[in-house]
Amino acid sequence: MEIYRTDVGKKYAMAISGVMLLGFVVFHMIGNLHVFQGAAQINTYGEGLRDLGEPLFPRTLVLWAFLRVPLAAAFAVHIHAAYTLGYTNLKARGTHYQSPRDYLVANYASRTMRWSGTIVLLFLAWHLADLTWGIKTVNSEFARGDIYNNLVFTFSRWPVVVLYLAAQIALAFHIRHGAWSLFQSIGANNPRFNKFRRTFANTFTAIIVIGFMAVPLGTVFGIIH
Amino acid sequence: MDLTLEVWRQAGESAEGRFETYDAPDVSEDMSFLEMLDLVNERLIAEEREPIAFDHDCREGICGSCGVMINGKAHGPQLGTATCQLHMRQFEDGDRIVVEPWRAKAFAIVRDLVVDRSPLDRIIEAGGYISAPTGAAPDANMIPVPKESADAAMDAAACIGCAACIAACPNSAGQLFTSAKLAHLDLLPQGQPERYKRVEAMVETMEEFFGSCTNHGECESACPKSISIDNIALMNRDYLIAKLKNRKLAGQH
Repeated sequence: MEIYRTDVGKKYAMAISGVMLLGFVVFHMIGNLHVFQGAAQINTYGEGLRDLGEPLFPRTLVLWAFLRVPLAAAFAVHIHAAYTLGYTNLKARGTHYQSPRDYLVANYASRTMRWSGTIVLLFLAWHLADLTWGIKTVNSEFARGDIYNNLVFTFSRWPVVVLYLAAQIALAFHIRHGAWSLFQSIGANNPRFNKFRRTFANTFTAIIVIGFMAVPLGTVFGIIH
Repeated sequence: MDLTLEVWRQAGESAEGRFETYDAPDVSEDMSFLEMLDLVNERLIAEEREPIAFDHDCREGICGSCGVMINGKAHGPQLGTATCQLHMRQFEDGDRIVVEPWRAKAFAIVRDLVVDRSPLDRIIEAGGYISAPTGAAPDANMIPVPKESADAAMDAAACIGCAACIAACPNSAGQLFTSAKLAHLDLLPQGQPERYKRVEAMVETMEEFFGSCTNHGECESACPKSISIDNIALMNRDYLIAKLKNRKLAGQH
């Protein structure tokens, strides 16, 4: 806890919570692809998540205790650290440069983490309301457990498709910098492997984003119907 | 070549600053950037106007005194070059060049382009040295050092403390400076006894003054000595060890 009070410590917290969130994103993306196997498969998969750990643990306990709560905690830590560090950094400049900066390597992704992160967060709120909680004003045809038809309905509305695709682009920018940056923050640096860090981040981002986009696009092109 | 300069003028820390425009005709492309400023100043003095104040000393790229933002880049357009070693051939005839001092809250503007970089001294004072008095220089090769470690320590020791890393960083973070000052001791046997005490003290002093690192890498490309951000990763790792590891055993690392 003491280490979290320092900025370097907060960056460790950002990296570790970031890894947890990346882990979630990977399994969520892979899980989504069950939709291409048909309604029965994806709906069984969804139920399977709730049944995890049965009969050793009560139903949904593993889902809540080992997946949802730690994920929510990771989100909270990630956002808190980002906010406090961002505020520190803003104060550290004092008077801003009065002439335009010409950045050499600080790229669009690295300089817009707070905005891409905010977009992903806002999208998450919509996404939960749309396909997890099924709030009627967001998804009027929502039926609990019928994942397949829920998403077919949601992607039958083109503004929603645009929203999902736009959110994936924001996510792509965010994890392209994050999946590289985390190695530096936790001090994982070895000249022998350093060149793979950039490649890893780019490949990882591409796989995640293509995997996620496949579902709304698959619906638009009638593969999922 | 004929140039137009826009230079930040500010009488003191609390005075109001502004850009002023100066014509700089007949600049030789063989002049360094500082010699070009000297020329402008000589003309200002001849006209009985206040010359532009800027820091400089060795003018051979090793003292770290000089350094300004030139067209939004720390030390100007040429990579791995301090302002004094930047030559006017890097510019075109008719160019408009904007010159601004380093900006960080911890660096008060003394006058015009001169800033007070003494927070860097505070970081060094916190542990950037070997505290044991060792007497005269020992014989060479008394303490064996692997070649790779010696090279890496020397690369970090190339830091001249000019603060371009902090000036260039979008977060005004002091990580590259601090990590270079740590690495040039911590990669050598003589630095080991105080390694973890040093990283803890220097990082925490750094954080009193500067922002935090978000791994843009801007510092590395602004650095006139091209010091690598690999040093930052080493600092981060050592900091965690310093905080978590049994210090009695950490000395054996």
